[in-house]
Amino acid sequence: MTETSTATAPVGTAGATLLEARDLHVEFASRGRRARAVDGVNLAVGQGEIVALVGESGCGKTTLARTLLGLERPTSGEVRYDGASLDYTTKALRAYRRQVQLVLQDPTGSLNPRHTVYEAVAEGPRIHGLPDERDIVATALSRAGLRPPERFFQRYPHELSGGQRQRVVIAGALALNPKVLVADEPVASLDASVRGEILALLLRLREELGLSALVVTHDLGLAWNIADRVAVMYLGRIVESGPVEQVLTAPRHPYTQALLSVLPESPERIVLTGEPPDPTRIPAGCRFHARCHVLASGKAEEAGVAERCRTRLLDILPAVPDAQAACHYAETVS
Amino acid sequence: MTAVATARRKQALIRFWAGFRTHRGGVAGLAVLVVAVVLALIAPLFIDESVTSVIQNTGERWAAPSLSEPFGTDESGRSILLMVWWGSRTSLFIGFLAALLSIVIGLVVGITAGHFRGWVGAALMRVTDWFLVLPSLVTALVLAAILGGSTFTIIAAIGITTWPSTARLIRAQTLAVEARPYIERSKALGAGHWHITTRHVLPNVAPLLLASTTLEVASAIVTESTLAFLGVSSNRTSWGTMLRASYDWGAATQGAWWYILIPGLAILIVVMAFTLVGRALEAVLNPRLRRAA
Amino acid sequence: MSLLELDDVSVTYRIASGEVPAVRGVSLTLEAGAALGVAGESGSGKSTLAMALLRLLPKDAKIGGRILLDGEDVLTMKWGRMRAVRWAEASIVFQGAQHGLNPVRRIGDQIAEPLLVHNLAKPDAARERVAELLDAVGLPAWRARSYPHELSGGQRQRVMIAMALACSPRLIIADEPTTALDVMVQAQVLSLIKNLVAERGISLIMISHDLSVLADVCDQLAVMYAGRVVEHGPSHEVFHDAKHPYSRALAAAFPTVGDPASRMAPKGLGGDPPDPMDLPGGCAFHPRCPVARDTCAELDVRLWPAGPGRTAACVHARVEEEVGS
Repeated sequence: MTETSTATAPVGTAGATLLEARDLHVEFASRGRRARAVDGVNLAVGQGEIVALVGESGCGKTTLARTLLGLERPTSGEVRYDGASLDYTTKALRAYRRQVQLVLQDPTGSLNPRHTVYEAVAEGPRIHGLPDERDIVATALSRAGLRPPERFFQRYPHELSGGQRQRVVIAGALALNPKVLVADEPVASLDASVRGEILALLLRLREELGLSALVVTHDLGLAWNIADRVAVMYLGRIVESGPVEQVLTAPRHPYTQALLSVLPESPERIVLTGEPPDPTRIPAGCRFHARCHVLASGKAEEAGVAERCRTRLLDILPAVPDAQAACHYAETVS
Repeated sequence: MTAVATARRKQALIRFWAGFRTHRGGVAGLAVLVVAVVLALIAPLFIDESVTSVIQNTGERWAAPSLSEPFGTDESGRSILLMVWWGSRTSLFIGFLAALLSIVIGLVVGITAGHFRGWVGAALMRVTDWFLVLPSLVTALVLAAILGGSTFTIIAAIGITTWPSTARLIRAQTLAVEARPYIERSKALGAGHWHITTRHVLPNVAPLLLASTTLEVASAIVTESTLAFLGVSSNRTSWGTMLRASYDWGAATQGAWWYILIPGLAILIVVMAFTLVGRALEAVLNPRLRRAA
Repeated sequence: MSLLELDDVSVTYRIASGEVPAVRGVSLTLEAGAALGVAGESGSGKSTLAMALLRLLPKDAKIGGRILLDGEDVLTMKWGRMRAVRWAEASIVFQGAQHGLNPVRRIGDQIAEPLLVHNLAKPDAARERVAELLDAVGLPAWRARSYPHELSGGQRQRVMIAMALACSPRLIIADEPTTALDVMVQAQVLSLIKNLVAERGISLIMISHDLSVLADVCDQLAVMYAGRVVEHGPSHEVFHDAKHPYSRALAAAFPTVGDPASRMAPKGLGGDPPDPMDLPGGCAFHPRCPVARDTCAELDVRLWPAGPGRTAACVHARVEEEVGS
């Protein structure tokens, strides 16, 4: 099984590249077989940039996010931060944590119910032995929109609403003054009316602190709301990426087209049948071809790429800011 | 911050006590335990080792309970009442310390096995399983016989043979706690093993331990008494040694029921008290555990 | 006569420290074969209302008003009749339905259970019916022998829908049926629900916090806030041209991709959903309302007419009816 890979891929982002995944592969052993959760990904997040990583469950986006955070070690490829490859020694990882932080999906589960808000936000500074802990906590809570911060110090998570809990989690991440925030479904568990507030907070943090963000989500509306660039993942690979305006209004990959078409306001519904195959059994050729409506409808046949779709592997997309799609049909017709 | 945190802890304690108070059995058990421990502690103010001396006590032998001797006398004329009182110190002391040893070993092994999965955890669990299947009483007997009969060898013998069940319990709870998202968050913040186990796992595991400890003490007291009855003792008077003596000296055939009943009742009452307190603790702490989970 | 009529329904929970009004005076009607969407967030009372329809609330819940199912008052039904009604006339697809399956029983047995309980089929006939139902929800018949853990989230949701259809009810209540699912699976499940409702003429009450989904599937839409209905009308109109500020906020929470107005401009509501034990005076929404007036804190707000076939509980939307009409 030889996958094509990019040896010296060009990397470019709006600002300087901060966080980068280079030819990343992450495999797990699952039920006796190897599951290729991340199967060759190039992704870059630049200074002050918000990138949305979009895909359905099982596509590997959470694994990718965790690997970028250093919580998971790649099988091959590397994670680079600020130009240097990630060092997995305890000391280096700990220093890395001051640069790249995590916000998880479920704010209720992310907070230890026995710790007060103060203790939850102070956890990071305490681990790293930062001085002026109280100031750091107060600043972080203010920045996350919980004002006046002192009022929240002694509260417990169960006394707060979902939106407030998520702000506490964000404050906990901000307390370490990171440059990049990796948010895994930051608003999925929150009430609809509160979503906007948390998303607005992320935008404000970018403005005020220059914070970059990688937002992992299945919600394209979220990407439209706050992201500069979007990368669409399917079965371990990025199948399309580029500026949000371009990709979400004129998608070139059939999977992106299908995802957009099932949004409530869209004129034509392309509902894909079945579900994504599991990462232990990735199809040959283009990994999406079994569910691809372009192939099924005969358009691929007309363009003469149907055979390629079924048999030929696609190159791993490089981490460039321009719009690109990994699709034989899209390549041919463009 | 710590001042307000202390206030919070005090509030939690008050809430806990309010909940505990509603369990009448637990409160009764607690009262009995407090009385027993206080009596054991103040004993040296009234009596001393000499109550066990066969030379110094020259009262009537095999005397049935009377006004002057409320619990009667034994084969050498020693007062059963005073012996039980003095013996409570040994029984309770060994009981508490043996349970403490067992809990500490179980806690450390359990958390370590739960936190470090992989071969460390697997190895620890095999060791735990090995100790689990060893018949505890027999092993304690053998250990105590080899190591000699001092107080600390008895404590060690009981502690070393009873920690496995605690370890399994703690490991299971550790696994459950570590599956929660806030552990992942802690790792993402840069936490190391020590931070995660002491700041997150331990507080969540400790309530489980509290209830378990009281039951362990009860069990240790019974084990100590059993060992003493079987002839392996710390050579100090305890309830178990008294029962042994009653057997050796044929108290049953002598009709000296008080010699058997009184030490036996003492064991029974204290163990019952521990059990009641333990169950009340579980009832009070468990819903909190579930809710907090 | 409508299939379902709620007449000033209220639900109050009794707890240690007092009473919690979860639902406060809701009146709705549903015709046979129609689909009604109930939108709201946590604390709005929507799930409580759904459970009240089949009297599935715990004993300490006090239900007031009338719930007329085909003319019969559900709240005064005898227990035996209630059991017969449950599932055979109206069934529920619960929230978090993916966890509503017994993990140690096969799917087929669980789908057949309501059939056997209501004595609608003998065990052999039940097996055929199960195969029919699985086919109707797009699952292969051999899945009847699977256990829940062998299915994906979307597949489990389909099983729950099959279970709800088992006794051919006239009304299905779907409480957040697609909330935890991926967009594609959500589209599949919604498409399934729409087809089933259309083909079999089943009435549907769908509860969700996603207005766009409700606008897509349902004919009528009712928005709930703090236990009351704050807006009601045809779903597309309510979604695109909401009259109540809360409905507008809910609609804006899920932006239309491609709409430049929502690009880099996430819209949310400040504050939190109100605590039912401590509701603000007057209009319950006024502390969070972007267009609140001073009078809103004291006004007794009701569902006022706000256009043809539309009602809204907001002074701004109030359209005075013509005298004599």
